[in-house]
Amino acid sequence: MGRILIRGGRILDPAASRDEVADVLIEDGKIAAIGAGLDASGTTAIDAAGCWVAPGFVDLHTHLREPGQEYKEDIASGGRSAVAGGFTTVCCMANTHPVNDDPAVTDYILDRARQDSPARVLPIAAATRGLEGRVMTEMSALQKAGAVAFSDDGRTLMDGAVMRRVLEYARMIGAPVSVHAEDRHLVGQGVVNEGAVSTRLGLPGSPAAAETVLVARDLLLAELTGGHLHVAHVSTAGSVDLIRAARERGVHVTAEVTPHHLTLTDEAALGYDTNTKMAPPLRSASDVRACRQGLVDGVLDAIATDHAPHAPHEKDVEFTAAPPGVLGFETAFPVVMDLVRTGEITPLELMRRLSTTPARILRLRSGTLAVGAEADVVVLDPDREWVYDPMKGWSKSHNSPWAGKTMRGRAVATIVAGRLVYDADRGMLVP
Amino acid sequence: MIGRDLLGIEDLGRDDLERILETARHMQEVGLRDVKRVPTLRGRTIINLFFESSTRTRTSFEIAGKRLSADVINFSAESSSLSKSESILDTARTLDAMAPDAVIVRHKVAGVPKRIADVLDAPVINAGDGAHEHPTQALLDLFTVLQEKGRIDGLTVTIVGDILHSRVARSNVYGFRKLGADVRVVGPPTLLPAGVEALGVKAYSSLREGIEGADVVMALRIQNERLEGAYVPSVREYSAAWGLDRAKLRFAKEDAIVMHPGPINRGVEISHDLADRRPSVILDQVRNGVAVRMAVLYLLTGRAQPAYGD
Repeated sequence: MGRILIRGGRILDPAASRDEVADVLIEDGKIAAIGAGLDASGTTAIDAAGCWVAPGFVDLHTHLREPGQEYKEDIASGGRSAVAGGFTTVCCMANTHPVNDDPAVTDYILDRARQDSPARVLPIAAATRGLEGRVMTEMSALQKAGAVAFSDDGRTLMDGAVMRRVLEYARMIGAPVSVHAEDRHLVGQGVVNEGAVSTRLGLPGSPAAAETVLVARDLLLAELTGGHLHVAHVSTAGSVDLIRAARERGVHVTAEVTPHHLTLTDEAALGYDTNTKMAPPLRSASDVRACRQGLVDGVLDAIATDHAPHAPHEKDVEFTAAPPGVLGFETAFPVVMDLVRTGEITPLELMRRLSTTPARILRLRSGTLAVGAEADVVVLDPDREWVYDPMKGWSKSHNSPWAGKTMRGRAVATIVAGRLVYDADRGMLVP
Repeated sequence: MIGRDLLGIEDLGRDDLERILETARHMQEVGLRDVKRVPTLRGRTIINLFFESSTRTRTSFEIAGKRLSADVINFSAESSSLSKSESILDTARTLDAMAPDAVIVRHKVAGVPKRIADVLDAPVINAGDGAHEHPTQALLDLFTVLQEKGRIDGLTVTIVGDILHSRVARSNVYGFRKLGADVRVVGPPTLLPAGVEALGVKAYSSLREGIEGADVVMALRIQNERLEGAYVPSVREYSAAWGLDRAKLRFAKEDAIVMHPGPINRGVEISHDLADRRPSVILDQVRNGVAVRMAVLYLLTGRAQPAYGD
């Protein structure tokens, strides 16, 4: 394995609270040295002047669609899209066909990832068999096979007793339970946030309370059981408040927020573009403000994309019939850079939420540039302007609310386990 | 200036509304002739693309088109993508390839006419989409009130019923507000949409308070499935509290008129004797619908031709 020298970049290593210009030397797949004026002989040099050098991003919430829905995405295309966005580790949800509720499926995903994905892939297994919300999965066996967390994701566990047992059992094996908190009865037919916008659109609304009530329930169950609750894609001010209060009284809770819930409001849906349909839906401006503040405060620990590819023919339908979800990997960094540009968050803290904290939530060794650590590294140009064209992206699908928009900020080089796998100018460097 | 499509009243300015209503006044005269036909849109093809059945609105558009000598083609398509048949946009593109001069779209889901307009060359007229808008209904309601009251500016208009699911309510709120009326909405709290005040209306659950001093009282059709417990406990309870009859109408102005977009549920949202006689103007609304739709078709498809040519 070759040596790589990343020269003259601004090192942002949240794990060491390091923010300084230096060189990074990568050798044998590991971070070998960080310092000024490192010897470049015999290395592949990457000029990072004007760029940021950070631990590769870790995405706690993605849908890679394999096995079963390879027409939307597969592990090869999803893995490429991930590294093109600076993500070196991605966790894939269990709603594949078949569902990842069996160690054989977990094995299959990991096997495909080893062969095809330039990004590390860590499966999140189903919490209940078939995502049916009744019988828990064999969590110990799934964990041994490589599952890092458990979730029924969009098939929200509505039976509180089952949720309680899942949290208890997962606690025993030290795994987080990720919850897509939306009360299915309160959501009803809702496809956009309930409020003035849903009234103008004439589309069925889903109130913010549909999320917040379930966050409240699951926080109480985490408190009851001592289990590790991870709240996926927080979208309401009420959820942020409840999570903050629960953490203050010692509940084991972590939480993520998506780039779209940090930057778009429900008004984005006013043209009926189905690429603005997500679950939970885009919320009001005050919810967005609360989520941003929650991220800045660290109440929301991590930024996760909820990368959810859907084929054009699936999105090209009535708003009510379109599946929810949008692509996330390739736009995440420029989109969340908005919080740096407004001065709400420092670059170092932004990197913490994209890499270090999500890695910690899963107890991974990544998310750091410490000497001796596995070299998962991203080089970011915070000012590079480019026009996002999903047709030219790496995902098989094109469903993005940012299609055609000018982006500012881009991952320009991505290194996984010491290997340069993506370069924005040369493209994908894996077969 | 009215745009290429007519998707909603929300998009229109006061000038647009006045222009359409003024044009409709001229069109109304055609309906009074022995030979109810002018050659204005001769050679033009208009497609009625109805994904949701609606005999009344479709027929009104068809008559409007024929009175202007256009060829009107009815295309009924059952709602599509859930049943895995051709997608709505593919259907629209297919029809567009046949080069129609206007496509009139009705669909049970809000936003479909807009999505179709985004891919079509031909102008699109929204004939009702979900709970979003039904612009020609609002135009005919405005026209009817203008005919009855001689003005809209300064009137108080109360809309009663299932506001949550009503495209007619939304279009009328925009239309009457743009022309200077005060608009109130009345209904059970379960059928008042969230944030409705943001549309510039006052919301009431008490019918008496809502119609106090109103010049125009409009009852909306309530669908039976909404009356079976999910939104309202029962038909009886709904009709007792929000059903219009002559006794309740006493709280409105003495010369108040009563409107309804039809079809009516007699004895539920409006009583028999009120529906059939003054001050109800329900059949005038239907009559004016043809004139208003002629005006819209003329303004959207006929402008390149000399008006009433030959």
